This record gives sequence, C-alpha cells and structure tokens, in this order.
Amino acid sequence: MKNNVFINGIGAVTAQGIWRTELFEEASELNEAVNHAQQPSYKEFIAPAMSRRMSRGIKMGIYAAQQALDEAEVTVPDAIITGTGLGCSEDSEKFLRNILDNQEEFLTPTSFIQSTHNTVAAQIALRLQCKGYNFTYVNRSISFESALLDALLQLQQGEEEHILVGGVDEVSDHTFRLLQLIEEVKASDTNETVKTSVTPGVNYGEGATFFSLGVQKTRSSYAELVDIHIQHRVDRAELPDFVAQFLERNTLAAADVDALLLGYNGDSASDSYYVAFEALFPQAASLYYKHLSGQYDACSAFGLAAAASVLQQRHIPSRLKWKDNTAPGPLKTVLLYNQLKGKDHALTLIRAC
Amino acid sequence: MVHSGIAVTGMGIISAIGSTNEESFQALLNGKHGISRVQNFDTKHKDHILVGEIKYSNRQLAALLGITEPHNFTRTALLGALAAKAAIADAGISDVNAQRTGLISSTSVGGMDYTERYFYEYLTNPSLHPYISTHDAGDSSHKIAECLGLEGIVTTISTACSSAANAIMMGARLIKSGRLDRVIVGGTDALSKFTINGFKTLMILTDDYCRPFDNERCGLNLGEAAAYLVLESAMSLKKDGKKPLAFLRGYGNANDAFHQTASSENGEGAFLAMKKAFQAADLDPAAIDYVNAHGTATPNNDLSEGRALTRIFGDHVPVFSSTKPFTGHTLAAAAAIEAVFSILALQQGVVFPNLHFQHKMAELDLIPQTETLHRPLSNVLSNSFGFGGNCSTLIFSKA
Repeated sequence: MKNNVFINGIGAVTAQGIWRTELFEEASELNEAVNHAQQPSYKEFIAPAMSRRMSRGIKMGIYAAQQALDEAEVTVPDAIITGTGLGCSEDSEKFLRNILDNQEEFLTPTSFIQSTHNTVAAQIALRLQCKGYNFTYVNRSISFESALLDALLQLQQGEEEHILVGGVDEVSDHTFRLLQLIEEVKASDTNETVKTSVTPGVNYGEGATFFSLGVQKTRSSYAELVDIHIQHRVDRAELPDFVAQFLERNTLAAADVDALLLGYNGDSASDSYYVAFEALFPQAASLYYKHLSGQYDACSAFGLAAAASVLQQRHIPSRLKWKDNTAPGPLKTVLLYNQLKGKDHALTLIRAC
Repeated sequence: MVHSGIAVTGMGIISAIGSTNEESFQALLNGKHGISRVQNFDTKHKDHILVGEIKYSNRQLAALLGITEPHNFTRTALLGALAAKAAIADAGISDVNAQRTGLISSTSVGGMDYTERYFYEYLTNPSLHPYISTHDAGDSSHKIAECLGLEGIVTTISTACSSAANAIMMGARLIKSGRLDRVIVGGTDALSKFTINGFKTLMILTDDYCRPFDNERCGLNLGEAAAYLVLESAMSLKKDGKKPLAFLRGYGNANDAFHQTASSENGEGAFLAMKKAFQAADLDPAAIDYVNAHGTATPNNDLSEGRALTRIFGDHVPVFSSTKPFTGHTLAAAAAIEAVFSILALQQGVVFPNLHFQHKMAELDLIPQTETLHRPLSNVLSNSFGFGGNCSTLIFSKA
C-alpha cells in the first residue's frame, strides 16, 4: 500500500518577490532578457559575515527552504533533495576567472568550495543539522522533477515522512552572455514577453522554490502530489500515447483534468510541444508561469508552486491564464507538462486535497 | 529492499588502469597503478602533481566511439559514452528500448574541461560556439543517452565525490518501485584545471603517490574515469534468462552536517550511511568480507573514515583497502569504478591491495590490506564521501 503525499509548505524567492498568498495577483509579466530574483533581507537567517561570502543561489535556497518548512511546521526534515541546472554558477565562474586571469596562481578556496552543485542542499543541511538523505539532481529542465520523483518514491514507500524538495538556479554574468551568443537567451535590447515573443531564445531568470512534502494531510496542505513521469525522448507524434499511458496509469480520462500548467517560454523550439499537448485536453483550462519567473532550469519548481496555489485557492488568477478559458467544473486536478526543446518530458499530476 | 537485492547484469569502465573490465582486473591483481604526470592538457602544476590520467586524447576517444568531426562531445561525455556502451554490451543488451530502461548518470565537472579552455575565446570565435551548451552537468548524460539511443528517463546527480553511489541508489529505487525494468547507472568525470586548482587551494593534493590510511599520508592524486553498471529487475532477468554478475544488496545515504568540505572527527555521516546500508541489506556488519574504502589519503578523510569503520565494526573491522592509489580520486566517477572493483573482487575472490601503505595511523589501530589476497568473498561494502557532507555506502553481494 502506497502512502499519499501532500504539499504542506511552500517557500520561494522569485522575480516576483518572496512566496506569499498575493503573489499571483500582484505579479507582473517579465519582458527583459535577463530577470534577477528580488532579494529579500537575509539578516534573520544568515549571519552577515557568512552572507557576504554566499552566492545568491545559496541564500535564495536557504530562504525558500526555511519558508517552506515554517509553513508546514517542520523543524528538521528527514531528507533534503534539490534540483539545479547550472548549480552554483556564480562561484564556479569566479573560481574559473581567477584561474584564467592569474595563470593558476594566487587562488583562494572559498569559491571552489562553494562551486559544487550540491552546495545549496549541503548548506541547508548544515544549518538545520539535518543528517538525513541529501541528494542534488542536475539534469537541465528536469533537475527539479528528478528531485520531486525521488522524494515521491521515498514517501510513497514509507522510507521517510517529511522531505524538503526544491529547485534553485542563479544567473551569472558570463554564462548568461554565452547563452545569448547561441541564441538560447534573447538579446539584451529586446522587450518581448512570452506571448509577444518573435525573436529566438527566452527571457532568462533565476530563483529558488522549495516544498515541504509529507505523508500526512495537514491544515497547511496545498494539494496532493499524485504522480510524476519523466521521459528523455518523445516525438511530437508520440505525445498522445505518452499522455494516454500516464492518464491510464492514474485511472484518469483527459476530461478529468481541469487545468494544465504548461511550460510556454516564448521559444518556438519548446512551445510547439505545448500547443500539441493542449490539443489533447480541449476542456481543460490552460495556465502558464514562465512569463512570471523567467526561464531557468529549475523554474518548473515555481510552476508547481503556482499549480498548488491554484488548487488551494480553488481559483485561477488571471495572470496565470494562457488562454481565456475557464475549467467547466470545480478545480480538482491539475496536470503540469514541462520539456525543453523536445527533450526531457516531465508530467506532474496534482490533486486538490 | 527485496532480497537478495537488485541484480547487476553488466558493467563497463575506463580509468587510468584500463579501458575494459579485464584490463582493470589485471592491473588491480598485479598491483599495477596508473598514476603519472598530466599529458593531455597544459597546467602550471604539471610537474608538481601526479594524476590518474587516461592516456587517450579526446580525438582518440571519439574515434573509439566512431564519432566524427564536427561534434561537441566533451571529455566527460566521451569517457561516459565509452563506459556506458561497454556496460550495455556486457549485459547483452542489443535493443536498449526493448524494455523500460533509464540512465541515471553523475558528474561533478561536467563540461568544465571545454569551458575552461574557451571561456573568453567564446566571445570572439563563433566556430567554438557548439561547445557552449556542453557546460552543464546534464550535457554528458544527454550525450550518453544519444550514443545508446535511449528514450526512457535520463537524469543526473551531482553530490561531489559521492555522486555515482547516489546515481546507483536512485537507479535501484526506480527498479524497486517497478517504474523501470533496467537502468544504466554510474558516473563520469574528466580531469580539469578547475579541479586541480580547486584541490590545490585546499592543500589536499600530494606531489607524491597517495598513501591512504598511512600515518604520513599527505593528500590525494586526482584522476579521471567513467564507469556504469546495468541494474535489472527480477522480472527482466527472468525474461532474458540472464545470470547476474552480482547483487546490489543494500545502500545508505546520510549527511555529515559538519562542514562544507571537511569530514567530522568521529565520521558521523559515514557511520550513518553504513548503518543505513546494513539495515537496507538486512545484514550484520559481521557479514562484510571486504571494505573498499573511500580512502582518499587526505589527513582528514582517512581519519574520519577510520573512526567511522571502528564505530560500526567495533574490534572486527573487515579486511579493507582503498584502490585510489591505482586510479587517483576520480571524483563523481569514484563510486562507480569502485563498484566495478567491488564486483570484480566478489566474482574472482580477490581483495585488492592498498598500495604505498607503510605506517599505521597513530590515532587508530587500523592496517589496510597491502598485498593481493585471494579469498572467497560474499559481501563487499564500498564507501564514497563528498563535499557538502555527502556520505554514501553500497553493499554488493555475490551472485
């Protein structure tokens, strides 16, 4: 018998500020090529001397993690699992610049120490004195979904009761510039939104979104996390089968899905998959989120937060609507679909609880 | 965990001591290490450090894979693809998508070998641009999947020097939950200036051959490698009528929660990882016949690991050795190559020697196995620890 799994707390540091009830009502659409997350004050959480040495990714991670745990009233989780596409990019870049600029001399270890991809998960564990399971997934757009899948399996199988799961990525200057050179990110002088996008690439972003997952439903529960499926390659023609198998596994019909949360990011190489996906669910409301977070590898964590919030509120904020349709019945089931340029397809199913 | 564990049906490896399972075994058996000076790239430290470098150039590695120019395979991807292909061939898999099959890989440097070469040059030389998108850790896994033609789940773990052990664990979890029939698990890391200089700043690189568990040990030799195992469900095994090479009997992961890079004095994280692995394996510590230790030869690791071994095994620490003097510390790949070595040890009934050991550590009554030892083995425990307090233990059992 599998345990049910619930999202009991959420925390985030995003381009729209920190996680709060009004976030989606107050959010504004991003139209810059690069969008930094609005940084909160870290004074309460991190000593100033430490804070100065820490990159934004570490700080955003610590903040979002604590917010999620506080909301779920969990002091120390049993496990910490994070996902990040580029890891601690700022420190990696800093250490590499020092190597190259000083011909491998006069180097200090701080940025190297903080450059490993698992630094955020490690720093959270250190701060909470959490000696449990600690993993970091680093696989582009499904870094976060990989972490979520790991957590779901452990909770379902009764190995753990409370797991902190999060996605985090930070913008670093040089890496961002290189991504512009290969047109993965829009040019700096463009002012397009996800919807008005005509040039190649995406509006780039950063942020951290964490979840406190548990096997018990609590008064702070947002939604039930039902299932996740990840597949590396799915041709557009195979999309109906891919979706049908997932629905069947969860004994659902397409009409049972009340809303879709889609990863539209303004880049046609990715977006054409979402168009094909939407066509399979003619009755469902279509929502999107990357116009509020920016595209970055772990941004699907922000997407899950948006979907969970919709189910908790039983209301779709207009800012999240991709199309101006509304679900016919009460909002109960949301299906999230994320992929990047036709690779790494992830389906995440959540249900009102 | 379903006992006797999850079947390992194939393995592939490339490291400084060989590019096949057989070459690796012969080197280990005969005490022939692969430590030398850096030849493949330029670094200021080349005359001051010894490394476990694979003596194939990137061009030669690409040729071995049949990849023609132009391509954008980093060295990490090339090594990974070679080892993963060897693993599925060893498992007798011809159609990788015939059953539900995934790839859980791991890396710590990812495409850093090219990023450090062209970091500034990218800005002015468009012909190098195909390499820009190879920087991230996921790139090597995607390249490996491409080489294998794999369509199922592909993901990557990066938990520093314990990465591959965790990839093996996640693969096992996917089999156990019934989500996959087969999974290719392991890790790959190329040598880079980035890691050489990083470990140099931490002052844990020796200018000599590394000496794990020696009282006068003074640091590690870095290395590069890739290795992958194929894990299969009982059902998949039955379907193909295959005999496993060994079983992954148990695993455990814990965090030391002590310091970003240093291990705690009493080896708490290591102790907890081993304890969890025994629980998962439903085995008593007394059932372990050989420990393939993390044993990096840094003063901090070996003392911390030694203490953890003493805590978990009491007065009966099994025969143990670190094989890092053969290969160097291959970072994310370390746990994968050492999983292959552990399985070779089980299959052949051999404990591999801990090279260069001379003096017992003052703090502990622990002496590693220094000569090749022939003895039937039933259960082998392999430890891997990394920055960020990451501690992982795998237990393999004889098939």
